[in-house]
Amino acid sequence: MEAGQMEAGEPAEKTEAVIEVTDLRRSFGSFAAVKGVSFSVGAGEVFGLLGPNGAGKTTIVKMLTTLLRPDGGEAKICGYDVRTQAARVRQCIGYVPQALSVDGSLTGYENLLIFAKILGLKGSERERRIRELLAFMDLAEAAPRLVRHYSGGMVRRLEIAQAMLGEPRVLFLDEPTVGLDPVARKGVWERLLDLRKRYQMAILLTTHYMEEADAVCRRVGILDRGKMVVAGTPAELKESIGDPAASLDEVFAHYTGNQLTTGGNYNELKQVRRLSRRLG
Amino acid sequence: MNLSRSAGSAAASVEALFKILRNTLNSVLAMTEMEVRKLRHEPSDLLTRSIQPVLWLVIFGQTFAQVRAFYPEGVSYQAFLTPGILSQSVMFIAIFFGISIIWEKDMGILQKFLAMPVPRLALVLGKALAAGVRALSQAGIVFLLAAAIGIPLRWHFPGLLGAACVATLGAVFFATLSMIIAALVKTRERFMGVGQLLTMPLFFASNALYPVSIMPSWLKVVAMVNPLSYMVDFLRGALVTGQLDNWALDVGVLFFASVISVAVATWLYPQVAG
Repeated sequence: MEAGQMEAGEPAEKTEAVIEVTDLRRSFGSFAAVKGVSFSVGAGEVFGLLGPNGAGKTTIVKMLTTLLRPDGGEAKICGYDVRTQAARVRQCIGYVPQALSVDGSLTGYENLLIFAKILGLKGSERERRIRELLAFMDLAEAAPRLVRHYSGGMVRRLEIAQAMLGEPRVLFLDEPTVGLDPVARKGVWERLLDLRKRYQMAILLTTHYMEEADAVCRRVGILDRGKMVVAGTPAELKESIGDPAASLDEVFAHYTGNQLTTGGNYNELKQVRRLSRRLG
Repeated sequence: MNLSRSAGSAAASVEALFKILRNTLNSVLAMTEMEVRKLRHEPSDLLTRSIQPVLWLVIFGQTFAQVRAFYPEGVSYQAFLTPGILSQSVMFIAIFFGISIIWEKDMGILQKFLAMPVPRLALVLGKALAAGVRALSQAGIVFLLAAAIGIPLRWHFPGLLGAACVATLGAVFFATLSMIIAALVKTRERFMGVGQLLTMPLFFASNALYPVSIMPSWLKVVAMVNPLSYMVDFLRGALVTGQLDNWALDVGVLFFASVISVAVATWLYPQVAG
């Protein structure tokens, strides 16, 4: 899939920001994971946080989804502060964590059903949303089967469907295609963009795959060691290094002086390996 | 005028409170239903896990029936032991269930739940009641198997119902206790160590295997503060001896312990994701 062939969000226009991050910081002990990051994402926009493992992507997502308290700075989702209005933030977001989060011992349909019931959806509206999302994610046929027997791509698509049940205005995806083969990866991208067209939600995804950022995101922010070094549309970023034909890899290398390699520490590596194994 | 306005806002806040309670209850029930559905997909799981408790009854029970000091309350030792083993099953299942939040953290399920617009209390209670569902179905099977091998048990409907409720309450307590420990130790390896350190004395320093009366006095004190003893005591009354003089104390202790441990677990639960 060439860059820009998929519809990566709507053309640039001024819309209200659904994610506003200002000087966000977080440390773990003496290690500063996020060192003053600022960016904003408009309604309906697809924004990619790009960077190697350990750059702070997951930490940022955890703070924006209210799972982790920032040490400093401010983050607002749909106008609500993640620190002081966490319950309201949770009402307008959907979240697909990096690790697998659906239950293998339930069917695909049941995974959505239980989640919808926990959310408090009822009756025909619940059924309608479940059926529609299953159809959208190409899972209608697989719905009565146990998720344990799903392929990696199907699991990811089910997780995205699950996160969409509450019809969130912002969807967070942490490394949505890590551990998937290229075909499955492309399937996830296509379904995701279709879904965005239908529901008009903003998407914030993290990735260390450059083609993913190129194919799916309208804008990307490049993170390196806890700082955002540059942000813009993929075309703008390529332009900015004076080579419109450059790949995002080259853009990344230009701004960080690094190749984007899958480094990460022992635990991250272990987690990615485990995930890949589980995804088969 | 003022009065009616404040009455109106009071009514509104009562309504809001009801709405929160209703939503919480909804979420709790949904999480319990999840467990029921999982069990339905894998019923054989329950049966294989019932083998060990039954072996306790058959091997340990028959052998220790020879010890004279173990003949309390005018019932056979195996009958005396059965509520102890049922309680043990409930406790082990509930504690194991609590560990699963560490597993769920590694998987990402926990983070997903925590990012949902659902009160933390609902997540913790839902998990605890789900543990209750699993523990109760397991205990039910052990009960039937115990009856099948000829252990004399009481088939008295109010007794069975009461036993089911108390076993569920016990499961809620032990599941949330284990969630608290999981939230504190954070890794599976460490939990295994702490878990074993905990379950062994909880089981042996209770009235599950032998009457408290034959214990040395220091151990009696431990057994007295051990919530497992109260579950065993109730189940023994309801399912074997028919003597339920202490029922209010048994239920009260378990309820009080559960309220505390649910509260602490609700407070600590979100920290697991960090």
